[in-house]
Amino acid sequence: MYRYDSYDQSIVNARVEEFRDQVQRRLTGALTEDQFKPLRLMNGLYLQLHAYMLRVAIPYGTLSGKQMRKLGEIAAKYDKGYGHFTTRQNLQYNWIKLADAPDILAELATVEMHAIQTSGNCIRNISSDQYAGVSADEVADPRPWAELLRQWSSFHPEFTYLPRKFKICVIASDDDRAAMRLHDIGLKLVERDGVIGAEVYAGGGMGRTPMVAPLIRDFVPEEEIVSYLEACLRVYNRYGRRDNKYKARIKILVHEIGVEDYKRQVEEEFAHMRTLGLNPPVEELARIRAFFANPAYEAGASEDIDRADPAFALWVDRQVAAHKQPGYAIVNISLKPLTGIPGDASAEQIDLVASLAEQYSLDELRVTHAQNLVLPHVKKADLYAIWQKLEEAGLAEANLDLITDIIACPGLDYCALANARSIPLAQKIAQRFADAERQAELGELKLKISGCINACGHHHAGHIGILGVDRKGVENFQLLLGGSGAEDASLGQITGPGFSEDGVVDAIEKVTDIYLAERTSGERFLDTYRRIGMKPFKEAIYG
Amino acid sequence: MKILTGNDLVTGDVIWWAGDGWSRQVGDSADVGDHGTDLARTEEAALRVVGAYVIDATVTDEGVRPAHIKDRIRALGPTVRPDLTLKPNDADAGNWVI
Repeated sequence: MYRYDSYDQSIVNARVEEFRDQVQRRLTGALTEDQFKPLRLMNGLYLQLHAYMLRVAIPYGTLSGKQMRKLGEIAAKYDKGYGHFTTRQNLQYNWIKLADAPDILAELATVEMHAIQTSGNCIRNISSDQYAGVSADEVADPRPWAELLRQWSSFHPEFTYLPRKFKICVIASDDDRAAMRLHDIGLKLVERDGVIGAEVYAGGGMGRTPMVAPLIRDFVPEEEIVSYLEACLRVYNRYGRRDNKYKARIKILVHEIGVEDYKRQVEEEFAHMRTLGLNPPVEELARIRAFFANPAYEAGASEDIDRADPAFALWVDRQVAAHKQPGYAIVNISLKPLTGIPGDASAEQIDLVASLAEQYSLDELRVTHAQNLVLPHVKKADLYAIWQKLEEAGLAEANLDLITDIIACPGLDYCALANARSIPLAQKIAQRFADAERQAELGELKLKISGCINACGHHHAGHIGILGVDRKGVENFQLLLGGSGAEDASLGQITGPGFSEDGVVDAIEKVTDIYLAERTSGERFLDTYRRIGMKPFKEAIYG
Repeated sequence: MKILTGNDLVTGDVIWWAGDGWSRQVGDSADVGDHGTDLARTEEAALRVVGAYVIDATVTDEGVRPAHIKDRIRALGPTVRPDLTLKPNDADAGNWVI
């Protein structure tokens, strides 16, 4: 894992003290709310439905045990004993007191964490593949590039006041586990003639105008990736619309001027950038890459897994993924218990996972955009011990990528922007499909719920998506089918008129019944939908 | 009736104007008539509230009920965490917001 150098630590510490002074001035009235609001947002502090909410950055979703333990301590000490892992691989605290915020940031700084650039029209937390560095199918570990981009984008003076927020994702596998093409810029590391570089996608995103990012360059050599991104951002910063926040994202610019014109302008800017010698020094990338060298795997670790316990065997089959290192495995920890809240974890659960990471996963864990956790370096011989501890803590649900592994935004239960509640609906759906055999029969089925058009719950990218709307003060839910955030990225289509909360659960059941009746051997729900189209599903739903 | 709500500047708690100060109970809300905007400005300047705004509400048998579901959820707390609401021992409290 990357470790702060003295420069990283000093700028984070300085920001904490700066914010402490700003909070003090707000509490004494020296700053009005209009003056203070942009300052608190730059430090991840929102005013939400019930209280202040603090969003903590988890760079590319990677945490050490010590960092995770600190997140749990803060949940217990300053919040109401829990945190919420988000679809941006971050963590949110829902019940923060303004006066406590500087102390929380100071505590985060002691473990090399912060909340900088988790809000505002700047480059947000860089996201990545939760299997980075441990997946056998990647051409390179994407984390060094994600870290390089974190450093490049932190306090970047030219990109602090962009037309709108900006999200970047880096992956390095053909299997896209990070919804790369639904980011403002997506990078996919590829190898060409023995040289590592990146495919660059620009202009993707969800929200009220969802777009799958088009490819704008099929290869940028690794040493020029930062310069090329600088060119992409410069063109956006110059021409992105600042007159209308709903048309200010890069996806609108790329769409309005066209992909070819955007590419042309980026290439012109890139050609100019090349004359300036602004690529980061190769030594810096090498320095960063050294932090992500393989950990000390045990040679000759056993491949055997004792599957005598059927519940454990079921969990292994669903939650454990192949690791590049013989004798090791990747463990996915579900934060989707059937009666729970997607993405929520108690302080005790957070502390337990920190301990598991330290004891069994070479002191490392990951947060996924699907609001789950990952222990990336687990010896197969340790799987049973881990499962037992997860089981005791209510974290052993075996539902990865099944219909109950629901992504849901906080919705109207917590969010000031939401129009409808996402979480109670997620719970109703999970309970309707609680039967493990039924879930397994349905197979991979990604269900995603957003409580408003801003799409934090990724409903556009759900095989089944649900969008909560406000219909004359009453919650109403639109149903979408056919979306995907994976390598076969696509946007879901609305089935028709919306439903009540109970009505949409019934509609989903009808949709799954059609799938089971129509599928051919080996077809996932998404495959069947793409083959037979919307019509049979609409007929089943609306008669 | 018109009632005034916002968040406590220091704690962030949802608060309701009760006529002579702020309360955490929506049931204590006072009708602010046409004075809500001026009152909000005064109270914000006094650092007692942030993000204050006027909403419609009605008086029912169960007390003051905000007109919009968003404000009813603000009044109660998150419906998925009854332990964190104003009525932690009422399993049906969440139904009040619907």
